[in-house]
Amino acid sequence: MTNDTRTQGANKPALLVGVLLLIVAALIGYDASQQTITSTYGVGPTAMPYVVAAGLVILGLAHFLVAFREGLPQPDEADNKALLWIAGGLIFLIACIGLGGGFIIAITVVFACTARGMGRQGLLVDAVIGFVLGLVIFLVFAKVLTLILPSGPLERLFL
Amino acid sequence: MDTLLSLLHGFSVALEPSKMVFCLIGVFLGTAVGVLPGIGPALTVALLLPVTFKLDPAGSLIMFAGIYYGGMYGGSTTAILLNAPGESASLATALEGSKMAKAGRGGPALATSAIGSFVAGLIATIGLAFLAPVLVELAVKFGPWDYFALMIVAFVTVSATFGDSPLRGLTSLFLGIALGLIGIDKLTGQARLTFGVPELLNGVEVTTLAVGLFAVGEAFYVASKRFRDPEEIIPIKGSLWMTKEDWKRSWAPWLRGTAFGFPIGALPAGGAEVPTFLSYSTERKLCKYPDEFGKGAIEGVAGPEAANNASAAGTLVPLLTLGLPTSATAAIMLAGFQQYGLNPGPLLFAEKPDLVWGLIASLFIANVMLVILNLPLIGLWVRLLAIPQPWLYAGILVFATMGTLAVNGSPAELAMLFAFGFLGYLMRRYDYPVAPMVVGLILGPMAEQQLRRALQISLGDPMILLENPISATLLGIAFIALVAPFVMKGLNQFKAAED
Repeated sequence: MTNDTRTQGANKPALLVGVLLLIVAALIGYDASQQTITSTYGVGPTAMPYVVAAGLVILGLAHFLVAFREGLPQPDEADNKALLWIAGGLIFLIACIGLGGGFIIAITVVFACTARGMGRQGLLVDAVIGFVLGLVIFLVFAKVLTLILPSGPLERLFL
Repeated sequence: MDTLLSLLHGFSVALEPSKMVFCLIGVFLGTAVGVLPGIGPALTVALLLPVTFKLDPAGSLIMFAGIYYGGMYGGSTTAILLNAPGESASLATALEGSKMAKAGRGGPALATSAIGSFVAGLIATIGLAFLAPVLVELAVKFGPWDYFALMIVAFVTVSATFGDSPLRGLTSLFLGIALGLIGIDKLTGQARLTFGVPELLNGVEVTTLAVGLFAVGEAFYVASKRFRDPEEIIPIKGSLWMTKEDWKRSWAPWLRGTAFGFPIGALPAGGAEVPTFLSYSTERKLCKYPDEFGKGAIEGVAGPEAANNASAAGTLVPLLTLGLPTSATAAIMLAGFQQYGLNPGPLLFAEKPDLVWGLIASLFIANVMLVILNLPLIGLWVRLLAIPQPWLYAGILVFATMGTLAVNGSPAELAMLFAFGFLGYLMRRYDYPVAPMVVGLILGPMAEQQLRRALQISLGDPMILLENPISATLLGIAFIALVAPFVMKGLNQFKAAED
């Protein structure tokens, strides 16, 4: 019973995490080696990065070890379509804020896309809810908290 | 006597009508957000931080106290009615609480958790008020080496207690510390790990990381497996009130839970899940009706709930006196303090006694408000639980975005938020705990600063860490805490092989 019959080799996610940790460690180490100012007494700004890098190397190697033993927990299959909807909404949000489209439109899209990703089938209704939510939040922040959220043409109508 | 006078003074600050209103709003908002499934107290505080952004420090910290306690109470409501604990500290509550709710005793379960939280919060806050000045006296004598050693203890215990694999906990912690390196080095003014990106010069914001990992990550995670476990709200049937029998069975667990929660929370080795489970197993042993455990024993709700609240008040001890956060919630609270340019620690007690004692006094007030507000409003909170999941998570993402934009409205900050969100999703998927990362981000730079200060004083001699009795003892504790799980695991494997 205790004999594990899994013999298909290494656990891929654990290997991948190990490699990523080594890459991060290398980045930190490289950045520290480029530092020019060092401290006169005690340890300078490079000591901690080296310690962290060393720690990450050890953890990375430990992940390799784990990859050949029990591996990482096996997750359930993910619903990638749902993830894409949500990620799409968020990417639109960044673009919309970055290009000056304003807070309300961005929030409308995020709300509608997330609700769609989570399984609702009423894109238009959700967009209206998102719009109202965005408008209310914008007005509360602007009038009560005197904090102006990113504004586009739509927001300027209310200011 | 001094403590009593300071506390009285604190009450004179906190009892101003305007401060009472802030406290009330805080309790209300905290409960409303905390009750939403998937949102624990840490996230509640992080999401609501921007709301307090423009208030004066005293008012906003008092509102904070309300949000903190409200968020905790909201979390236990979710745990009981949905069997969906928002954080590991309410896991124990969910065990018996959801069973009670299924058996039609959701009302008494919520009542015992509310009153138990009240009792525990009250006792623990008294403990905080009397312990804090003592610790402040002690902390004044602490050298940088002692602080450094203290932080090492916090690092180790935080990563060991969260999650069930020390390797994954440590990985999360180290990535957090690595994120903490980003930005301008405070002692030399040198930029580290910024790769020429100007937005990174100020470092990674704790709230951005926390909201990204907890809120955005959770939304991705729930979306990715939304077909698998539909959550069901258990309707509250019957009376909301506890019977005489319930009271009789609840009061002792409340007190025992408090006795577990406060000391463990106050130690730098914090974490609320240890006292809650200790309390759960103790009640199980002491209970006169052991058969009821697993079927909805009121002791199993009363004890852990009290332990949870007492330990939450306990974590405020190291936070206020040493500036040392020992839980994710405390880390975000610390970020909140820093937002107003306040650095918790012994100096804060000397410089801003109004503020510190006002905050402690408002913890009492928040506690009272919570009971008065929440027992009649249970119906409203239950309705909040019924918000359809798509709208709920869409709303959470809207709030997360709003918070980030209110503090720092750059697209780069948003991109970071979502990148952390995706990271949080992957970590959840492969069962890496996310809280150590937040603690690492905030404690990492602090530990580094203390270490470098210590070594500057000793002219670079690292032995200073071992020559001072306090730091040497603390480092010893940290070492034992780090090695113990691995040794135990080794022993277990040995035992398993023998069987």
